[in-house]
Amino acid sequence: MTVTPGWYMTLAAVLFLAGLVGILIRRNALVMFMCIELMLNAVNLTFVAAGRAYGDLNGQVAVFFVLVVAAAEVVVGLAIIVAIFRRRATASVDEISELAG
Amino acid sequence: MIELAADYLWLIIVLPLAGSITLHFFGRRLGEPWAGYLAVAASLGALAVAALAAVPFFNGSGGPRDLALYEWMPAIGANFELRWDPLAALMSLVVTGVGSLIHIYSIGYMHGDPRFSRFFTYLNLFAASMLTLVLAGNYGVLFMGWELVGLCSYLLISFWFTKPSAAAAGKKAFVVNRIGDFGFMIGLMLIFTTFGTLSYAGIFDRAGEQLTSGVATAIGLLLLVGAAGKSAQLPLYVWLPDAMEGPTPVSALIHAATMVTAGVYVVARSAPIYALTPFASGVVATVGALTALWAATIAIAQRDIKRVLAYSTISQLGYMFLGVGVGAYVAGVFHLMTHAFFKALLFLGAGSVIHALHEEQDMMRMGGLRKYLPVTSVTMGIATLAIAGVPPLAGFWSKDEILASTFGRGGFFVVLWVMGLVTALLTAFYMTRQFILVFLGESRFDADHHPHESPRSMTGPLAILAVLSVVGGFLNTPLRAALEHFLEPSFEGVAQAHPPEGLLSFLLLAGLSVAAGLAGIAMAWLTYGGAPAVRERFEAGLRPLWRMWEQGYRVDDLYGATLVKPGRRVSETAAFSVDLPIIDGLVNGLAKLTRLVGTRLRPLQSGLVRSYGLVFAGGAVGLIVFLLARGA
Repeated sequence: MTVTPGWYMTLAAVLFLAGLVGILIRRNALVMFMCIELMLNAVNLTFVAAGRAYGDLNGQVAVFFVLVVAAAEVVVGLAIIVAIFRRRATASVDEISELAG
Repeated sequence: MIELAADYLWLIIVLPLAGSITLHFFGRRLGEPWAGYLAVAASLGALAVAALAAVPFFNGSGGPRDLALYEWMPAIGANFELRWDPLAALMSLVVTGVGSLIHIYSIGYMHGDPRFSRFFTYLNLFAASMLTLVLAGNYGVLFMGWELVGLCSYLLISFWFTKPSAAAAGKKAFVVNRIGDFGFMIGLMLIFTTFGTLSYAGIFDRAGEQLTSGVATAIGLLLLVGAAGKSAQLPLYVWLPDAMEGPTPVSALIHAATMVTAGVYVVARSAPIYALTPFASGVVATVGALTALWAATIAIAQRDIKRVLAYSTISQLGYMFLGVGVGAYVAGVFHLMTHAFFKALLFLGAGSVIHALHEEQDMMRMGGLRKYLPVTSVTMGIATLAIAGVPPLAGFWSKDEILASTFGRGGFFVVLWVMGLVTALLTAFYMTRQFILVFLGESRFDADHHPHESPRSMTGPLAILAVLSVVGGFLNTPLRAALEHFLEPSFEGVAQAHPPEGLLSFLLLAGLSVAAGLAGIAMAWLTYGGAPAVRERFEAGLRPLWRMWEQGYRVDDLYGATLVKPGRRVSETAAFSVDLPIIDGLVNGLAKLTRLVGTRLRPLQSGLVRSYGLVFAGGAVGLIVFLLARGA
């Protein structure tokens, strides 16, 4: 049994869905954050797999961009979560709804 | 030195302006009396420069000249340029000369006023504005000065603004003047569209060839509207009697000697235009004669010492309009000058009387003041004789020249001449009446008043003006027309009216006007000089007329009913039926709509991050489905 790009795509889809479901059902900000990372990396996987299948380096270049942006996002996001946690001793996003209409 | 003075003409305007600015910022710190001294110094400095710069006109060593100072609005020919010719020189000398005396007088009169320095700020600003007006080298700068003197007039009429009547009077003066200025501005626009410039040099040199008589008439009439507003002529004179709410030196300076003569000055300055339009000139003369007679009758029955003088000023301004209207420009300007002397004197004298009686202005509560106020009574007596036209005082020469020139035109103008003659009689009557009521007879003021003569700073200017009122007329007599010769360069090439030639006609016409004056004096003497019963019988005999005169023909009521009230109704309709529901409604409605949409959309922002996520995911799925369905 050879591992065709289809397998990678399927794995990526499963990972992405897992992340999406996680975001929709969990309310802990930290966990939601991890789910976002999961989704990002699922997409990264499709990039690498497709790049490899077509012999195009651009796929790997795109991954680097995603990694850099994700790193920056993690820094800011974690800082916000920590700051909120310090003030309210909770990480539940449902409690943080000051801007609700 | 003398050659230099003409180059430094701008100092005439800048000195009082600098004084005003300095006093504005540091006046309070300077305090009384130094603020006054500074203002007087600025005014005297302007007088000195004007006198030095005028020397070439006196000794004939130089002609008129235009001085360009800087480019202001070159496109319409309204650069900041000055015209220095004999007419401007004469006006500057009158403004700074009489103005300086009134500045000095004010130091005494305004003594103890809490806003002493502010008064001199305005007074200096007025001097600068008026000098801008008379020195202007084009209609643009002239209009700037024209508006500035209006502003100063407003500020000074309502100087005691805590008095509601003073505040209202200032507002009235401003509004009525706006009506005149509106016509004036249209006139200037018409001049600009005709000539393509507002510069005197560009207009007057080409007026003869470029102006059709129809356009000249239109310009003349429009300028007259402005002049009638500023110079208080029919039908726009109503603001001047109320302007007496201002401090008396202001009445003397602005509402007698200088600002109100601006209209006469403009007509004289625009002589090359008026010379082309007999109709507009005739209207100017008619308005003048009517105003002279109209105001003189009202002046007869006034009880307030300052209102008599106010109506008298309107009447005398009517004479000046008559003069410039019939084409006797020199005579009109001559009367402007002599009137500045004796009317300023009358007002300052009235101020001295009011001062002595602690703000009493009702002549029925005066009387017998001659022995308390020797200087004031003598100087005011001279001024009374001068305005009544008794030779050889100043008023006789100038008034007679106007009347004789009017008669000399013949035809319709003889009617105006008769009106002028009747006015001369009435003038003598009401001025003598005033003098008798104030200074002669028994005292009618409260016994606890102890009138005392005013301080030197007030009596000094009175004495100087009295001398000028006596000798001022000799500047231009039929035997030696010095002023006419002096002003020649200003009216070069303009057809002018003159009194009929010959000694006999002069004696006849002068005899008639002197007879009218003496008759007026005699009538006043017979009615007011004797027992009070005679006076009461006289006034009762004229009861219905007298009531009309006392109330100024109720013109204020008429204007109130025909103009002010409908105007108010229109404004109220516009405010409460148009502005409030429609304009405001539109704006408020837009705001309400925005708020409504916001309220409706607000629940979407639930604050639940996961629901946002769901919408987001749903959107993404929807997009993908859409793209797939399109078969991309």
